[in-house]
Amino acid sequence: MQEMIRNKALELLKTGKADRVLAWRRGAFCYDVTPALFTDPEQLQKELVFDLFCAPNLSKSLIAESKKPGKTAVFLKSCDSYSLAQLCKEHRVDREKVYAVGVECHGTCDGESLRAAGITAPLRARAEGETLVVDTLYGEKTVSKQDALLERCRCCKSSRLVDCDEILGRQGEEHDSTRFDEVRRLQAMTARERYDFWQTELSRCIRCNACRNVCPACSCEKCVFDNPASGVENKGAANSFEEQLFHIIRAFHVAGRCTDCGECSRVCPQHIPLHLLNRKLILDANDLYGDYQAGADPDSRPPMMAFSPDDPEPDVIYGRTQP
Amino acid sequence: MKKLPISQLNDLFSAISRLETLYLPTDAGFVPYSPETAMTRRVNTGRSPKDLFFPQVETLMGFRTRGQSIELLDRREETKPFVIFGVRACDCRSFDILDSVFLAPPEDTFYKNRRQAGVIVTLACNRPEETCFCSSFAIDPAEPAGDVSAWQTENTLYLRANTEKGEKLLAQLSLLQDADPEQIVPLQEQIRQSVMRLPIQELPLEQFGAAHMMERFSSEKWDELSQSCLGCGSCTYVCPTCQCYDIKEFTANGEIQRYRCWDSCMYSDFTQMSAGQPRPTQKERFRQRFLHKLCYHPANHGGEFSCVGCGRCLQKCPIHMNIVKVIRTLGEEDA
Repeated sequence: MQEMIRNKALELLKTGKADRVLAWRRGAFCYDVTPALFTDPEQLQKELVFDLFCAPNLSKSLIAESKKPGKTAVFLKSCDSYSLAQLCKEHRVDREKVYAVGVECHGTCDGESLRAAGITAPLRARAEGETLVVDTLYGEKTVSKQDALLERCRCCKSSRLVDCDEILGRQGEEHDSTRFDEVRRLQAMTARERYDFWQTELSRCIRCNACRNVCPACSCEKCVFDNPASGVENKGAANSFEEQLFHIIRAFHVAGRCTDCGECSRVCPQHIPLHLLNRKLILDANDLYGDYQAGADPDSRPPMMAFSPDDPEPDVIYGRTQP
Repeated sequence: MKKLPISQLNDLFSAISRLETLYLPTDAGFVPYSPETAMTRRVNTGRSPKDLFFPQVETLMGFRTRGQSIELLDRREETKPFVIFGVRACDCRSFDILDSVFLAPPEDTFYKNRRQAGVIVTLACNRPEETCFCSSFAIDPAEPAGDVSAWQTENTLYLRANTEKGEKLLAQLSLLQDADPEQIVPLQEQIRQSVMRLPIQELPLEQFGAAHMMERFSSEKWDELSQSCLGCGSCTYVCPTCQCYDIKEFTANGEIQRYRCWDSCMYSDFTQMSAGQPRPTQKERFRQRFLHKLCYHPANHGGEFSCVGCGRCLQKCPIHMNIVKVIRTLGEEDA
């Protein structure tokens, strides 16, 4: 696949179909790839990488890239293609200025997911069927690929590529996913247990804002939390209420627009399961307004952006006025 | 030199915690000891131990206003003595770097009180990770500094006091036995051999420091290096030497709290002034962070770099852009 992507990128640059290519650049180890713009074919040939570790979602960068003159080619995994479709729907990205190449994806890992699967000091890795063979500082280790994948990939909702100009490899399909299981487990808890769960998780937050900055749905030009006049803090929680406030406001703000790409949980240095907040709101919106998957198509209106007089009142359904 | 069978490690921790609060390295950072505390199996904690001396958020003072009068409230808390066990050689060096900033006149008394109250027990790194590069900054993970240094072999923990504070601590622990200092030599050799096999070696640091400040500042490579930076604060907040803070106020229940919190040069409002933002794009903010560590700090503090090679930013950056990539890219310019 990497060879196909490199050849495609070279062809797009050579034929002038694209002025620049947004893809992933090789790092020093197997896992430390960096999103990168390529314009030089020689550099592209040497540094463009595509493998299991190309986890970063490149769609959000297209907000800036599509404002530049000329066209940007981008390689998108299925999750990333959902994000792009959603960003175009919100008029954040000018679709005319993007050449989207979908790539077949079988799940991604990163350094932290390898470490969580018990692999310390990883240097290089290769997939052998369903096994991942990792060269570490302390010898060769193997781990089942399923265990090393990121959480979002272990319960992949869809490998379908949405609204791409062309596809490398095979088009995928939607899957029966277990992604809401954990949310349902939390829903079954008492309010107190759930509060304690989130208190424990969110108290680890260091307010690095990585979840917000990586999130394709967080596309405000200036975030309310970065406005000193807003009275809320962006650098450290002044008290435990503020700690929760940030994540809850963020989850509500992306409700109906979050495609569940899982980048927030991937980048959290404190391993807070932020995707659970988003999935809870997806599940609630599905309950109230019918099943909806943000980014699954270029045209439909997200539930929070559509209004119909017979929309149900959440208060009535959930009886939230009762104690 | 003292020693203790590993099987009695919990007895040691429990003995220390009866004297003073004891912090242990866990996956969540350094936390107060309890018999259930599970020490991390990783070399480094996610959050560095700087939190214990320079917390992320700390109230400096309070105010209460009544009509035309304002009452100042002393919100300082007494700092009680504490012990941190399991600090790595890199993190221990980070305290020297923080000292050079916070203990230079005018002294930061909040920081100083904690430094005086804390006893640091370091632990040699038996299995460094691929992201470790402390040796680039002349740190020896086989000979960590601190008030007490510790080495852990398969069956034994060795402890050696380096300071008066350290001697006082060890003297209070009757379960320790005398040991021959020669017994740690094989482990030290093994650690030093591991360090020689680490993948991050020979960083071209000679291209940095005060003398090269303007050349590195003017490099054309910053555009490409900073291109994908998300502008989040992960690198700064997990860094043991990042020391910038902001001072803010918070109003609740009729009382104003003046507090300080960690700042990040990666943030859009870092050092923002009424005239505007001196570093208007992510490129300038990104450059600030790396040149602070590699040129500005050395210029102000006797040539010392303010990176200790702990590797946390290499593991945590969402896009894996980091100080090693910056040093290698810029260091090759003149090479």
